[in-house]
Amino acid sequence: MIQDMRAVLRRQRYLLEYSLAALARRPGKHLLLLSVYALIVFLLSSTLLFTQAMRQESARVLAESPELIVQRLVAGRHDLIPAHYLASLTRIRGVSDGHGRLWGYFYDPAVRANYTLMVPRLDPPPAGEIHLGAGVARTRGLGLGDYLSLRSARGEPFAPRVTGVLDGRTELVSSDLILMHPDDFRHFFALPPEHFTDLVLEVRNPREVRKVAEKIIQALPDTRPILREEILRTYDAVFGWRQGMVFLVLSGALLAFAILAWDRAAGLSAEERREIGILKAIGWETREVIAMKLWEGAALSLMAFLIGYLLAYLHVFHLSATLFAPVLKGWAVLYPSFTPTPFIDGLQVATLFFFTVFPYMVAILIPIWRVAITDPDQVMR
Amino acid sequence: MPLNPAILALNLVSLTQTLMLLLAASLGVQILRHWDLSSGSERQLALERRTELIATLVAWVCAGTGLALLLFVYNAEQLSTQFVGAMCATGVLNANVWGWPALLLKLGLFFAGAVWLILSRVDLQAPDHPLIRPKYGLLLLIAPMALVETLVQWGFFSALNPDLITSCCGFLFGPEGAGVAAEVAGLDPAASLVALALSGLAVLASGLNYRLRGRGGGLFGLLAVAACLVALVAVVSAVALYVYEHPHHHCPFCLLKGGHGFIGYWLYLPLLGATALAVGVGLMQVWRAHPSLVTIIALEGRRLTTIALVLFTIFYAVAAWAVLTSNLILWST
Amino acid sequence: MIQLDRVDKVYNQGRHNEVWAVRDVSLELATRGITVIKGPSGSGKTSLLAMIGCLARPTRGRIHLDGQLLSGLPERFMTRVRRATFGFIFQRFNLIRGLTLIENVMLPAYPLAPDPRELHERAMRLLRQFRLQARANNKAEWLSGGEAQRAAICRALINQPRILIADEPTANLDSHLASELMELITQLAERGSGILISSHDPLVFEHERVARVVQLRDGRVCD
Repeated sequence: MIQDMRAVLRRQRYLLEYSLAALARRPGKHLLLLSVYALIVFLLSSTLLFTQAMRQESARVLAESPELIVQRLVAGRHDLIPAHYLASLTRIRGVSDGHGRLWGYFYDPAVRANYTLMVPRLDPPPAGEIHLGAGVARTRGLGLGDYLSLRSARGEPFAPRVTGVLDGRTELVSSDLILMHPDDFRHFFALPPEHFTDLVLEVRNPREVRKVAEKIIQALPDTRPILREEILRTYDAVFGWRQGMVFLVLSGALLAFAILAWDRAAGLSAEERREIGILKAIGWETREVIAMKLWEGAALSLMAFLIGYLLAYLHVFHLSATLFAPVLKGWAVLYPSFTPTPFIDGLQVATLFFFTVFPYMVAILIPIWRVAITDPDQVMR
Repeated sequence: MPLNPAILALNLVSLTQTLMLLLAASLGVQILRHWDLSSGSERQLALERRTELIATLVAWVCAGTGLALLLFVYNAEQLSTQFVGAMCATGVLNANVWGWPALLLKLGLFFAGAVWLILSRVDLQAPDHPLIRPKYGLLLLIAPMALVETLVQWGFFSALNPDLITSCCGFLFGPEGAGVAAEVAGLDPAASLVALALSGLAVLASGLNYRLRGRGGGLFGLLAVAACLVALVAVVSAVALYVYEHPHHHCPFCLLKGGHGFIGYWLYLPLLGATALAVGVGLMQVWRAHPSLVTIIALEGRRLTTIALVLFTIFYAVAAWAVLTSNLILWST
Repeated sequence: MIQLDRVDKVYNQGRHNEVWAVRDVSLELATRGITVIKGPSGSGKTSLLAMIGCLARPTRGRIHLDGQLLSGLPERFMTRVRRATFGFIFQRFNLIRGLTLIENVMLPAYPLAPDPRELHERAMRLLRQFRLQARANNKAEWLSGGEAQRAAICRALINQPRILIADEPTANLDSHLASELMELITQLAERGSGILISSHDPLVFEHERVARVVQLRDGRVCD
């Protein structure tokens, strides 16, 4: 019994050794296939690694964002919300606290980019001072103590002093940020007093968030509550969707690759056919030749997979995915430069396997079988 | 349908496998119609050589399904963030009526492929290939199964609507819920542990009996199916509680996560492998009196039974270990 | 004892390029001593050897080896009988280029999965016996004609076959090497191996140690 199993393993070892030797004997023949194979693995795994890293990054940031946001809608569009709404909202059972937020976007014609202007709830900069995201600081070439000059909504110049630059680690979402004092904000955008961009509520029991949201709509029908879990879900869906789009686009390449693999496995040289004929003649069974050729395919796959995945890993985690960032990050001009946290997970490796190794191995099955059924007496004819 | 790479991959794999099996089945039909071992014609030789292709195709489908099963569960796990109320894979499978059937069909395809390969292995060892008919007949059943699996899985993914509120494993596998899953979870942990132990003893004893005396292989196969079902129920209703150390967490998939030492793999892989082998052993007993198969089935049956027994033992040992080393105390004596 | 009973071999049966290689051959051959199958090229010698050696199946008729019916066996069983019983020396030696001499010699043993160390020793023993030990790790394409021919014999003997089949073994050799080959073959026959040779070289079929000569013409036996 144990000896049987040893024999099975040993036979496979002999076949594997033979196939490795065969690969090594004709490195040139496999080079093209190997490079295309590795390129496909590289493209697909770069996409996966990068979007996955972005997904985690945004989830990490969102984890600190409020549980429940309330916006006011006017004619179906987001509008300023009066401060007195806060009072009726905090009376709802389950809501423990609430506050108003001020934030908005500003298009800076000087660098043709959008900034996000915000008033932080805790410790906003004093009036006349601002803190900048790293992206803004970089594009405008500003450092601590410099003045950023912008034109306000009333057309007046506004030139606060930069007294802080934000930490680069969360750059993905803070890159285009400008933090300022509430009075500066209202003045800059010419907002009416006693109004906020939106309201943020804290809910004592996270399980009650949905209940609270329903009550808000009943109490203030012109508002829209937004749940953090919904944002997270949307992000997940959007990132998954982006990955899917890239994969769909690449599926043409994948098909071409499978055809190439089929062609390579079918188009053996006379020398290789003769070799298989010899093996058959000296006593190899069809299934042993199939096993040997499959080992060859497996070895090639492993090599391509390791090369492609390793390159993708370096590309994403050390070169910040220079090739893909514009497509996958999805927002313009102020590219956040961020180096994602490295990780590897099972879902990804399995997905990659099914997108690369599986089609390859399936594509070579029939050609391999065709070669393996060479007549054993062929070498005598 | 959420358009993510894993879903694309799963659909791609199922579609490819269906095509492979349809090819295998159509070759099988030719073999069924024209097989004549006494003929020295070139056609007979060509048919014989096709059996090698068919066996390779089925082996790939079986291996691919095994891996696709993992991907399917991982993917459901990841999608759970997009469904309100879904906290793990269970919630996503629950999102529409196709989720569980898709999983079960995948499992079924894996089992069918494995059993076919075992039969084929036996058949190929006898010079007169006596199982040609049952083998390719079975293949004609497996190929449509792959097609159904592909369609059901497609249905499952395309009906996934991320705004749905689903019940997570806490609901589904909680005693308060309704349905089969909830009933499974609602079983008395003590009773299911006793059933687990008894079915384990029964299947190990019958396997050992067959291994030693060469009789009762069919019983071993049947008991293995029963033991597998009991084991899955017991994992949900009792073993999971001990692993999670939480009296109400019944999820069968969270066991696969790193947080629980990947214990799920140590439970499911041996259990599924052992059951597939035992079913193969049981089924091959149908032909054990066939003159050219007597010694082959005796030998092959014993060999596969040994492996199945080792795998069953691993499963029961891991389950026992999980229960005994847990800090959870469900009842005191 | 090898028995052939009304054996036909037809290639491309029913097509326009149909070839009757062997017609209605009935024969009994001993599994010891040297037997030569003689005839001009195209007379069906090679097809006959291929069928006896389980490399090909007869289109019609039966072949028995020591009472076991070979002709109705599926291909994989024929392969098993073949590797347990026969060793082959082909006309063009058919060593695999790029592999070393010793790898070529060990190749037929791989599917039988012997212990690697034991296999290596067995191969080295054969190489010593045929004075090739110094070339063991040279690539097959660097061997001289005589060395390649002896390497092919070593490869044929690695699985310790009872019967050695040689298809036109002297066709690509000069007369010196050809007689050397016959010398080696007679030595093997003396040690108890059965040897079947197809040839139309007088150096072979007129050799003093040949026990029997079978004449083939147009696929038929003629005596």
